[in-house]
Amino acid sequence: MDPLIQALYSIPVAGLVFQLGGYLIAVVPGISPIILQAATPIALAALCGVVCERSGVVNIGIEGTMIGAAFVGWYVGVLLAPSLGGSPSALFGVTPALLIAFGVAVLTGVLIATLHAWLSISVRADQIIAGTIINIAAFGVTGYLDNLVARGSPVGAGAFTQFNPPRELAGIPVFGWILNMFLNQGPIVMSLIVIVVVLQVMLFRSRWGLRTRAVGEHPKAADTVGIDVIRVRYRNVMLGGVFAGLAGAYLSMEATNSFQQGMTAGRGFIGLAAMIVGRWSPVGALGAALLFSSTTAIGQSISIFPPSGQLGEILGSLPGQFYDALPYIVTIIVLAGVVGRSTPPAADGLPYEREATT
Amino acid sequence: MTAVTPSAPGTPSVVAPALEMRGITKRYPGVVANDHIDLDVRPGEIHALLGENGAGKTTLMNVLYGLARPDEGSILLDGKEVQISGPSDAIARGINMVHQHFMLIPVLSVADNILLGDETMRGPIFLDRAEAHRRIVELGRRFGFEIDPDIRVGSLSVGWQQRVEILKALYRKARILVLDEPTAVLTPQETEEIFAVLRRLADEGHSIVFISHKLYEVLAIADRITVIRRGRVVGQRLPAETDEDDLAELMVGREVQLIVDRGESHPGAVALRVEGLRVKDDRGSEAVRGVDLEVRSGEILGIAGVAGNGQDELVEALIGLRHPVAGRVTLGEADVTGHSPRAMHGAGVAYVPADRHRFGLVSAFPIADNVVLTSYHQPPYARGILRDEAAVEAVAEERIKEYDIRTPSANVPAGTLSGGNQQKLVVAREFSGDVRLLILDQPTRGLDVGSIEFIHRRAIAKRDAGAAILLVSAELDEVLELSDRIAVMYRGRIVAVRDGRTADKSEIGLLMATGGRERVPEAAAGSTA
Amino acid sequence: MSEGGARGIPSMGRLLRDAWSVLALPLISIVLALVVGAAIIYGSQLITGQPFTIGLPLEAYAALTQGAFGSFNAVVNTAAVTAPLILGGLSVALAFKAGLFNIGGQGQFLLGALGAVAVGVSFKSAPPFVAIPLALGAGMLAGAAWGFIPGALKAMSGAHEVVTTIMLNYIAIGLVAAMVSGPLDLGTSPNPITDDVGNAALPVLLGRNGHLGIVLALAAVTAVWWLLSRTTRGFEIRIVGANPDAARYAGMRPRFVLILTMSLAGLLAGLAGATVVLGVTRNMTASFNTSVGFDSIAVALLARSNPVGVVFAALLFGAMRGGAPLMQIKAGIPVELVDVLQATILLLLAADRIIRHALRLRGVRGGMASTETITRTYGGDVTAN
Repeated sequence: MDPLIQALYSIPVAGLVFQLGGYLIAVVPGISPIILQAATPIALAALCGVVCERSGVVNIGIEGTMIGAAFVGWYVGVLLAPSLGGSPSALFGVTPALLIAFGVAVLTGVLIATLHAWLSISVRADQIIAGTIINIAAFGVTGYLDNLVARGSPVGAGAFTQFNPPRELAGIPVFGWILNMFLNQGPIVMSLIVIVVVLQVMLFRSRWGLRTRAVGEHPKAADTVGIDVIRVRYRNVMLGGVFAGLAGAYLSMEATNSFQQGMTAGRGFIGLAAMIVGRWSPVGALGAALLFSSTTAIGQSISIFPPSGQLGEILGSLPGQFYDALPYIVTIIVLAGVVGRSTPPAADGLPYEREATT
Repeated sequence: MTAVTPSAPGTPSVVAPALEMRGITKRYPGVVANDHIDLDVRPGEIHALLGENGAGKTTLMNVLYGLARPDEGSILLDGKEVQISGPSDAIARGINMVHQHFMLIPVLSVADNILLGDETMRGPIFLDRAEAHRRIVELGRRFGFEIDPDIRVGSLSVGWQQRVEILKALYRKARILVLDEPTAVLTPQETEEIFAVLRRLADEGHSIVFISHKLYEVLAIADRITVIRRGRVVGQRLPAETDEDDLAELMVGREVQLIVDRGESHPGAVALRVEGLRVKDDRGSEAVRGVDLEVRSGEILGIAGVAGNGQDELVEALIGLRHPVAGRVTLGEADVTGHSPRAMHGAGVAYVPADRHRFGLVSAFPIADNVVLTSYHQPPYARGILRDEAAVEAVAEERIKEYDIRTPSANVPAGTLSGGNQQKLVVAREFSGDVRLLILDQPTRGLDVGSIEFIHRRAIAKRDAGAAILLVSAELDEVLELSDRIAVMYRGRIVAVRDGRTADKSEIGLLMATGGRERVPEAAAGSTA
Repeated sequence: MSEGGARGIPSMGRLLRDAWSVLALPLISIVLALVVGAAIIYGSQLITGQPFTIGLPLEAYAALTQGAFGSFNAVVNTAAVTAPLILGGLSVALAFKAGLFNIGGQGQFLLGALGAVAVGVSFKSAPPFVAIPLALGAGMLAGAAWGFIPGALKAMSGAHEVVTTIMLNYIAIGLVAAMVSGPLDLGTSPNPITDDVGNAALPVLLGRNGHLGIVLALAAVTAVWWLLSRTTRGFEIRIVGANPDAARYAGMRPRFVLILTMSLAGLLAGLAGATVVLGVTRNMTASFNTSVGFDSIAVALLARSNPVGVVFAALLFGAMRGGAPLMQIKAGIPVELVDVLQATILLLLAADRIIRHALRLRGVRGGMASTETITRTYGGDVTAN
């Protein structure tokens, strides 16, 4: 090893930081596709939060929407796979059954989101409680149905596969691993980047974006210039359902090819934290999601290939559960540090009602 | 009820009215907000709609704007009957409204606020901000002001926000412009400037409905005045043929004493002394920048100033809700700088907040609990850690009687009371007991004349009983009426102190607007406020 | 919402009317949920491909009832299942009163259980009157600590408890696994498990498993009711929940009250966890987990955060949980049907406006506890400066 690095590594305490830095430089390029994959459901959940909350609807039910979409998509695959058959395409491993199942998963996301919209916007229930109830309901119903379905140990319609970029691309020095990070992916992960960019532009430059932000900041002002507040909010919450549905589909149809109860594992909530840390902007949300997912991936990497030397001894002595809990711990810390400086839309969470003034 | 004929004396007209409302009736549960109201507005006319708070002016305009559906009556535009289904329909028909509380979104730019709902587009999806920019600048110039469309509305002064509201209407090619209490938050100078803009609009053929309860303003700007009271039209006047007393009598229905007699004051020792006080606002910038003032027991010191010049932060520092960054607050002989709300209260500071729903009341809780909101932890309302509900209820009954709070019992939630009675409840709590310093922050905002009179009389009685009173109000009239001395607050400083009885209204207004220096050039005002 | 107690003796008719106005929506929601549950049972016959049985829902509900109340032991078992739900329901209800939404019952329960087991095992040979209070106290403290964290985070930084408590739930699961497979592992089996709590186990007072925890739960109901309605501190909690700004002006310290309330909520959930490990399981595995946290939200919502209502709501869900295994055996319906029924009840309560309108109910109170500050503080503006 380079003597300079050797010297840096041996400084007491600070040396550990250098060792960690060295470890990350060595490990991150290799695990970068995994980081983006782990970020995908979190980022999609955060985007769901962004489009809902920018229009003034708090959606705590993202987690439930995801699990509902994951289950229904997978189960439709179970039902269709035997009759629709067909061999998977070379690119992304698409089969007719998988495609239909994917569509139904997204649709399920929209339907659950519509229920939340109805409770929050039309019934004017407390939005956080409505979202929590949706979570409880989604976990209850999917758990119940999964128990019924699982009796036959069914096989789903498979999963989308990753695109394998040509070796020459991945081999480009310095940038190769970044290209690999974006290209060595399945279709949902790849589309995430496109969605984030499009949403960012739309939110700040389009009529939809202007109206969305107006409704989230000051619904009455929007109403007085003839904007239908209720319609804008329904539309946005339902659009959010598309993203939550995509996140669910990713879990049961791209990351795995099966459904497990509770497989969302709090990612919907981490997505909400990413939305707040990313200041309600799509690009910011993606950045925050990447931050959270890096801790997951690096934690896993540490428990599989522990770094050598002093750092390795310290990290190795921590129980494995610590690395499992790391993303949740990081979420709390980052959230507590950022939240005061991140301002939500002014009318976030407040139901809108034309008042009967005298 | 006076029937309004199209050919009212003075301004003979052959053109059909631009707007005619006939027999508009709107009932809400338990109240007739509009009772067969007739109103007509001619092209190029400024028509004032005069009435007290709650007389039905806003309801009538909500009907016109499609926000409320009338139970009876019809609306005619250029002589043709129309059904207005909602704000967008009203806008499409050339009716635009400038609301009392501005319908502007602070975090968006001027251009985005103006565009919203009637966007100038480039293609089906994207906004054409460049074109909008050009049109807004051009429109502003036509009516005599330069405005930067890219500036955030939240950083504009109230007067400029008002102009943005008017631009918003003009951008939509409004023919009929309704302004609901447009001057409530403006200084006299800003009011004059807006009047000039309105006059120019009318000269270009726009019809303007000007809603107000301020008599002198209506006399100054209107071509015709329609007065409504309790949902009915009670008269119509031309400014040349009437005066303030006549209008006031029409508006209130009895001869009113417009001003409560404040009597002589007998100031005693200094009760509150503030020295070099500096306080930061929520965003961390200094809102109070070195305030010195004194209030003696037995006098009312009024603070005049345009809202947002540090009054809120000053008051919050005095009642312990905000920690000063520098300076000293002395109450009698004791230094109370930075003490907690409870300590301030214990030292004899009472406070009637501007926003009673935020600080003054817990609307979901019974009247009784609200009466002891600041003293629940002391005997006789608490014994140790336990509450004594009998004692709480007894004092509540007492206050209800003494302050004439209209309620079925002390156990109904405070939120079910009318606005006037809610404010009386706050006053009952804060005026009772041993009060050395009484801080009144917009104590009568949004109340009916009867409640205003009641609260003013009580305040003067409290002064005569030896309390020091600090009155903060954006209503210059209220400050002039009640104060023994008037301090003008401008950008976090007290820029002048005048005697309350000899103060000149226009001088105070100028001080409020400019802080006493040479007037800021118009173009700069928008970007610096 | 009227907070003050009405004085004088109300007439019988008035009493009945009041009772109906309070109970109508919860009762209607429960009945409708059972109807929805029946539809789901029919639907699930399609999934499993069983021959269609028209009476299956009735059969299932009958088995559920029998499982919950069919015998002396069943009733005692239902009471034992209900006890932690009462404690958890109180935890959520108390937090609601201060405008806090405690979704962290699961984590606080787990910490309480962990604390009780750790101390219980250490004092397994001490006399019960020493071991039991120490173990219970450790459980309550650990739960309170797990409630303190989100309370302090909200008061100090404005991070909303809805996100932080969920994160803490996952961290608690990891912590339990780490502790049980690490320092607390007995080492006698490949699957990590702690030692038995020995003398720290709660005495069984009734039947097979009618342990002391049931009495503790009822005592906690009285304590929470007393705190909220009789003490000045309870008044502060309720005022902070209804209007934090007015509370600040009135000289209360909303931040302190938030932290205190959240810690107390954690204490109650921690006590629930302690009674379960000390009264029922007597040891802990690495995968020890609970549904009490989320069931408690249902309990508190159904009870409209009223401490006495919590007893009845907990009994309803406790009976469902207690009777569900028999339903699974006799009717072949998965126990998770209880989750579905619970969720349906909550959805119907949330949609109370619609139900009231559809059934033309007048003079009936809304389905949900008054919780208006929960969403209002979502943006982190809980207490300005």
